[in-house]
Amino acid sequence: MKYAYYPGCSAESTARDMNQSTLAVARALGIELQEPEGWTCCGATAGHQTDRMLAASLPAANLAKVQDMKLDMLVNCAACYNRMKVANHEIAAHPDVRQNVREALDRDYDGSVKVRHLIEVLLEDVGLQTITKSFKRSLNGLKVACYYGCLLVRPPGIMKFDDPENPQSLDRLVTVMGGQSLDWPCKVECCGGGLSLTRTDVVVDLTESILDMAVQSGAECIAVSCPMCQVNLDLRQQDINKQGGKHYEMPVVYITQLLGLCLGFGPDELGFEKLMVPAANILKKVEASGHE
Amino acid sequence: MITIKRKKDSRALKDMVKELSGVNLSVCFQCKKCSNGCPVAKLVVTKPAEIMRLLHLGAGDELLSKDLIWTCASCETCSARCPMGIDVAAVMDALRRLAIERKAPTPEGNVPLFNRAFLKSVEKFGRTYEMGLITAYKLGTGKLMNDTEKFPAMLKKGKIALLPPRGADRKTVKRIFKKSQAGKGGKA
Repeated sequence: MKYAYYPGCSAESTARDMNQSTLAVARALGIELQEPEGWTCCGATAGHQTDRMLAASLPAANLAKVQDMKLDMLVNCAACYNRMKVANHEIAAHPDVRQNVREALDRDYDGSVKVRHLIEVLLEDVGLQTITKSFKRSLNGLKVACYYGCLLVRPPGIMKFDDPENPQSLDRLVTVMGGQSLDWPCKVECCGGGLSLTRTDVVVDLTESILDMAVQSGAECIAVSCPMCQVNLDLRQQDINKQGGKHYEMPVVYITQLLGLCLGFGPDELGFEKLMVPAANILKKVEASGHE
Repeated sequence: MITIKRKKDSRALKDMVKELSGVNLSVCFQCKKCSNGCPVAKLVVTKPAEIMRLLHLGAGDELLSKDLIWTCASCETCSARCPMGIDVAAVMDALRRLAIERKAPTPEGNVPLFNRAFLKSVEKFGRTYEMGLITAYKLGTGKLMNDTEKFPAMLKKGKIALLPPRGADRKTVKRIFKKSQAGKGGKA
């Protein structure tokens, strides 16, 4: 199992923990990852809000590199995954976009590289049975609210990732890890995404309602697969608590960090020290499962 | 009730949005599913369904200064749930591009400045340099010390990179940006 791994810009900064845990999980499960040489930014939200041509060409620069590698592209950042798939769709469906991209890249790209999210690869290519066999520890009944956010599932016609209103992929992984995945209504709500710096007020408002629902649903942690969701939900608890009345201490972890723990890696190998809200409750539960 | 002032430029805005988004505005029958699902609707004066109707009725450039345009987080819930299959999020993207082009007033939070700083950093390094773009944005807004109390902890935890990214194929990215500016005859 070999894939061209597109880490995305945050993997080198705010989501180093996502990258670190992704690489650990891949190593343990025999998934071979090769980075496209000189990969570049997908353009993110700023790209598509600014210019249609930038929004297609920036992802296409990477997709074209992966086409030369003759591999599928594997992405873990939900935002990059979204931009890659939307660009593929735009290029394949609109000849004028393809022509623009050709001029920008000085080569043709037809939109045909298969873009896979890590979760899809885990469920479809590796399989739950193989994953379960590789576990050394369990989540030991940990109550997890799986949070998918926007970009994994929308737009549904292009992403085709799970059920867009009530996805189950992360929940299935939590279940085989021995955790208790919670039914809760905020799985695909928006955290405010890229407005973190510009409209912190909006992000604080949206994350507060998500955190509130997670607490009320009995969650001991929130599991995510998007660096923007992770940072907003983790970082903004401080701001919400400061406004008074609330005392959130909800760990917000990447699903790959949970998988890594169950596969036997230590917290320091999975970037747990980078969380703003510490995940001591998770580590304690998993640790206890090893001494059953 | 929605009322609009008809202006000479009104047809042009509606047509531009149609052209940029590929959306047929006239099939919207105002079920307001977009407004109901919109996470920021409770925080804005003009909700998504109102934007759709204002456009259809031929509103002019005053539409470009509505608060939803830059409060929208691009979550795409509106597009996903529209029973008529209207890509409302694409309409919002079109309105943002037109707001920049037609020099609409700077919105609260100045997202356009953030987007420029973001893309500048990509143009320069080939990848996002978070520290650099945050500094550029904060300098631009004149609120350098706003929301910075978490930086020491983030730096200490290695949660944000201090140095610019390296190793990106900057040549290709420069070419893309050059094409994008050439195509628009102005700044990206």
